[in-house]
Order: sequence, then C-alpha cells, then structure tokens
Amino acid sequence: MSSFIEIRDLEFSYINEIEEPPVVTEVLKGVTLDINKGEFVAVLGHNGSGKSTLAKCINGINIPQKGSVSVDGMSVADENNLLDIRQKVGMVFQNPDNQIVATIVEEDVAFALENMGVDPKEIRRRVDEALKTVGMYEYRLHAPHKLSGGQKQRVAIAGIIAMRPDCILLDEPTAMLDPKGRAEVMKTIKELNENGVTIVLITHYMEEAVQADRVVVIDGGEIVLDNEPKKIFSQVNTLKNLGLDVPQVTELCHILRSEGVDLPDDVITEEECVEKLYELLG
Amino acid sequence: MAVIKTEGLTYVYGEGTPFRKVAVDHIDLEIEEGEFVGIIGHTGSGKSTLIQHFNGLLKPTEGSVYIDGEKLWDDKAKLRPIRFKVGLVFQYPEYQLFEETVYKDIAFGPKNMGLDDDEIDRRIKETARMVGLKPEMLEKSPFDLSGGQKRRVAIAGVMAMNPKVLILDEPASGLDPKGRERILSMLKDYHKQTGNTVLLVSHSMEDIAKNAQKILVMNKAKLFCYDETVKVFHRSEELRQMGLSVPQITRVFDRLKAMGIGLDDDVYTVKYAAELVLSMLKRREG
Repeated sequence: MSSFIEIRDLEFSYINEIEEPPVVTEVLKGVTLDINKGEFVAVLGHNGSGKSTLAKCINGINIPQKGSVSVDGMSVADENNLLDIRQKVGMVFQNPDNQIVATIVEEDVAFALENMGVDPKEIRRRVDEALKTVGMYEYRLHAPHKLSGGQKQRVAIAGIIAMRPDCILLDEPTAMLDPKGRAEVMKTIKELNENGVTIVLITHYMEEAVQADRVVVIDGGEIVLDNEPKKIFSQVNTLKNLGLDVPQVTELCHILRSEGVDLPDDVITEEECVEKLYELLG
Repeated sequence: MAVIKTEGLTYVYGEGTPFRKVAVDHIDLEIEEGEFVGIIGHTGSGKSTLIQHFNGLLKPTEGSVYIDGEKLWDDKAKLRPIRFKVGLVFQYPEYQLFEETVYKDIAFGPKNMGLDDDEIDRRIKETARMVGLKPEMLEKSPFDLSGGQKRRVAIAGVMAMNPKVLILDEPASGLDPKGRERILSMLKDYHKQTGNTVLLVSHSMEDIAKNAQKILVMNKAKLFCYDETVKVFHRSEELRQMGLSVPQITRVFDRLKAMGIGLDDDVYTVKYAAELVLSMLKRREG
C-alpha cells in the first residue's frame, strides 16, 4: 500500500517574472519523502532551507514543477483533486492574526464548513466539537481579537479540525506565542495526533521537535536527516553545522560527555536528563 | 543615577469607552545605566505599552517617566532629544526598511540627528561591523538580503544613533537557532563595547538567561518584580502560574534539588550547569 503523503523527486523554484530576465530561485532540489497516516513528523531547517515551500507543496498551494506529490493517492498536480486534498490536509500558519476572518470565534471556526456546503445542523455539531477539542468552547461567543496569541492559534486549529482533515500541516505555529501559549498549542497538537490525525510540524523550537515520532531535517532544499528524535538530536555537531540547535538537556550531556563523564548521547527530554544526572550525582 | 525612572506610571487604553483597559498599572521602576535587562511577561501583560513610554511614544495617563533625570512631557519640545537617547527596535523591524541601499537606510537616524557626513560615515561603518554586515553589503538594496540580514540592518539603523538606551522587542523571533544566536551575541558585544543600557523583550527564557543581568517581569499590567536574573528564575513556580517559564536547564536542576541532590546554587545556563556537575564529580573523587 502506498503511504498517505507520497513525495517523489520534488523540485520547486520561485520565479520572479517582474525582473528581466526573470530571476529563478531554486528552493526544493529533489525531495523524496513518505509520511504515513497517524504519524507525527517534525520538520527542521534554517530560514530559507525550503521547509515552508515543502509544506505548501503538500496541500497544493505550490504545484510541483518536477517530480510528484500525492495525498491519499491523489496527485496535487491535478486541479480537480485540490478541493479534496485541502479538506484532507489543513494548514495552520505562523501568525494567528492573519488566519482569522470572522468577528466571533464560532463563526470563524464555521467558515470553511459553510464554504463546503455542510448542513447547518452538522456545522453546529462540528464547530462545538472542534472548539471543545482545542479547549476554546467557553470562548465561542468572544471576539477573536481579544484573545491571547495561544488562544487565537487554537481557534485557527479548530477551524481546521472542524473540516475533519486526516492531516494538519503547521508552519511555525508557536513562533509568536509566549511560553504558556506554546504549551497550549503543543498539547492540542499531541492530543489530535493521539486521536489519529497525521501531524506535520515545522518548527524552530527543538523542545517541540523532541515530542514528534520522527524528525526530518531539510538543508538547501534537500532532506539531509530523517530519523526518530533520539537518533537526530544525538548528532549535536551535525545539527549545529546545519544552523540548528539541540535541547538544553542534550547540550549539557554532550558537554559532560566530552569531559569524559559517563552519560548516554541520546538524552533529549527533561525527564531522562533528571534521571541520568540523579544516577550520577545521587 | 537611574537612566530610566518611572513613578506611578499608568496607561489606560480607550479611556471613557466601554473598551477601557488599564495596560500598565502604577509602575515604580528604576533602571541603572549600563545594565542589560530582560523583559518578560505573558501576551497582553503590558510589556510593549511600558517600553513605548520610555521614548515618549505614549503619554502616561497618570504618573511620570524620567529619562536620564529629565521628566518626559514637561516640555514637548524636549521630547525630540530624548527620543535620540532611547532607541526602540520594534518586532519585525525589517518591515521598516525603505531606502535604496543598506548604507542609506542605516544613515537615516544619524542624519535626522543632524550629524555631519564624516561622523555618519564613521557610525555606519562601525555599526555595520558590529552587526556583522560585510562592507560590500552596504551598497546593496536592503530588499535583496536574507531575513536575518535585513533584521540586522534594521537594528544597525537604531544602534548607529548611539542611544544611551537600546530597547528591542523580540529581536530574534521567527529566526532559526543560528540567526537567533547571532542577534543575541551581537547584542551582548554591543553592550560590552558601548556600555549602553540594553532592554530586551523576549518570550525565550533561555535567551534571557544567557544574556540579561537583571529581569523585569510584567504580569497583568503590574510590575511583578525587577531583580537579578538568578533571583527571578528562583521563583519558577510563580512564573509558571503567570504563564511564563524558566529555562529547561533550570527545571532539571530544580527537580534534582527536590530529589535531594545538594546544590549550592541555582542553575540557569547550560555552561554553568556543566561546570557545576563537573565540580561535584571532582569533589566526590577527591
């Protein structure tokens, strides 16, 4: 059986036609990637590495110029598939203020469903359900601009889950949030994934990537690493050379190891670090 | 003498309307010259409203602000020189670039100050070096640069005015780890070399921990505390309750302490954590 998202030798360039001759910026240079249903994949890479461009290729905002992308067996290159694909794969962007269209929370969440022509009774049910899922049900009659960043971002996510997508792509959804907002959004993402929604999370926060099942690292438009988080973050020097970082606990163990302290190289969570240091010092 | 001082500073948005909101509430604060201060607080806690008072962008509803001993708003004509003393870098400052070349963009502030061309030239070259822009970049259009470079140009434009106080609102947001590190180490160097006061607003406790000597915590429009970094991160439970956090490494060592490992000190940077563990291991061997 083929995988849910299937990307083969994908190439994509931005072409600025205003310039004479047109300026071509090559972004993706042959990406092949499979994502299975139910996976939680974090995508890392420095600014300009091609992460966001890749995400936009998955739900057909960008159409592949070479190679192919298909979602649940449907090619994004076929325009007839786009509506179906975008219902299967929802996207959440960085700035919550750019994604909210209505003046009342529940109307915003209903927006896509109304466009899809869903029956009003069903819309009511799905909106309530989606708002409960992200923990924003009691705010359903509030004005979105009065919410905090984390709350707005959760409303944006509710608008996507109301469509019942199989997969959600999130492009740095926590970049503009305070620590509490970040924690709220991550908790929501993890709960969705536990309920079977495939998650593709683009992030610059290593503490978030650690929570995924799988980490894909992009550099210069190509996939350079693709593995489970422990196997990725144990490569501290490789990541730093790619302009990335590791969680503080991984960095600490890395420094201590280089001083000859007996510690494993794949400590990536707070719990593991506490446990290992306790064994060492206790 | 305090370079920034506030007395009962209060600001109310939408006074007299149903949307009335007290954004900063009776703040008494003294920031000494030459300090590197981190400003933290949840979204909507009043951080941005507070810093906009420091160079007279907002007029207090109540209370007063003193910059370098001078009271703001006493004499409106005096606001201009005060704005040159306090440089404010907003979030996503790269959207404010507008000139044809990087050189001209950085020159905009110093030119408005009425400096002569030689001095302007000197300052542009010096700040360009400080923010890591190569000399050949100065003649490029700022719009041909990468996101991280654009941001550094925008910050250089404010630094070139050599303000006594440099305030930055989330200067590293949206950048990748390397870009973040670059901006932060650049600010550290700037602080060291110029001795100017730096105020850094950030949601990243790790970044604040690495750089700030003192931390100012805003909570629900009030000043929760203004104290040394180590003392602020010592109050992790209170910070957590107000929607903030402490660095991951601090959480690890707090937990070790709770498990009965005797630590003499609070830990808030990885470097210090490593030193501490190594010295404990050594003591044990010795």
